[in-house]
Amino acid sequence: MGRFHRHADGTEHNHDHGEDHAHRDVGDHSGYPETGVSRVAVLESILSENDRVADANRDALERGGVWAVNIMSSPGAGKTALLKRTLVALGEEVRVGVLEGDIATSLDADELGGLGATISLVNTSAGFGGECHLDAVMVRSGMTRLPLDELDLLLIENVGNLVCPAEFDVGQHARAMVYAVTEGEEKPLKYPVMFRAADVVVVNKVDLLPHLDFDLDLFLSNLQAINPTATVIQISARTGEGVDEWCTWLRQHLVAADQASASRT
Amino acid sequence: MHELSLCQAILDHVDARSGGRPVRRVEVRIGHLRQVVPDSLQFSWEMLTEQTDLADCELHVEHVPAVVHCEACGADTTLDLPVLACAACESMNVELRSGNEMQLAWIDVAEEVC
Repeated sequence: MGRFHRHADGTEHNHDHGEDHAHRDVGDHSGYPETGVSRVAVLESILSENDRVADANRDALERGGVWAVNIMSSPGAGKTALLKRTLVALGEEVRVGVLEGDIATSLDADELGGLGATISLVNTSAGFGGECHLDAVMVRSGMTRLPLDELDLLLIENVGNLVCPAEFDVGQHARAMVYAVTEGEEKPLKYPVMFRAADVVVVNKVDLLPHLDFDLDLFLSNLQAINPTATVIQISARTGEGVDEWCTWLRQHLVAADQASASRT
Repeated sequence: MHELSLCQAILDHVDARSGGRPVRRVEVRIGHLRQVVPDSLQFSWEMLTEQTDLADCELHVEHVPAVVHCEACGADTTLDLPVLACAACESMNVELRSGNEMQLAWIDVAEEVC
């Protein structure tokens, strides 16, 4: 447990100090800060710099008339398969850009090539050991390779991970989460930050339901407990079932964004 | 492992606020609803500050409980599970009062001795 400490603000905890630790006083030091030390109150979000860049990204997208959705999921839930279906379904009606985040390789970006979308690949392995999420700075860099003035919709495919991407605003207008029915009903309770962050939860692989012991109603009630306002769309990216409903959701937001932009000018 | 990114962001704040003075302690407040692992944050902190001027700087992580206020019956509930509901009347019409923090609270810097 280490040594007991009581701090100036009344909090108490136990931890070890290394022998060469500069913090010499042991036990109750609630009189802190000690002589010669002054306390600088910061009271700022740790991610304030990320959030500032995210706001700037959003502004840049809006100036270009682009509406952006940040698509998150665990690895293998079907983000890329859904994107492929989406690009085919939207066809030439919507001008789409894809910002593809992957720790390494261009495999997903290659898969999405030739379907009419402009693709910008961001490999996060340039970070410290391979970042497990996209942050606002990475997205800003990916956006420089996209002709924003010539796009209507930006699909940001985040790194496959149910924890970290939910904590980082990248400048999107909405967050979509792809969840596969092979993942288990309890996931909303285990990954609440992700499920609460989502504006829409796309429930994928429903074509597999007859072969699984998956309780869809239990999953939906767990989701409802964590995020009562999320839109839920059931799809199969394999068979194409439900993809229309997802595309309708996208189109509705594009129209709403257009109207909002027209009323501002 | 976004704790590493968070630590880098904390270090950037500390650099900006310390004005070059030696920093003794840093306190961050992490809400119960955030998915931040304190041990992982400490480990990342030690890794990033090792062999730097901040090698002896202590990172203190304060856990902030998640509290919701019920708009229906007025009760306050401290949450264990991340389900935003009132324990007294089970209403989900609640306002989150705390638990979403991811904040750098303060830093202790050594004054320069004249």
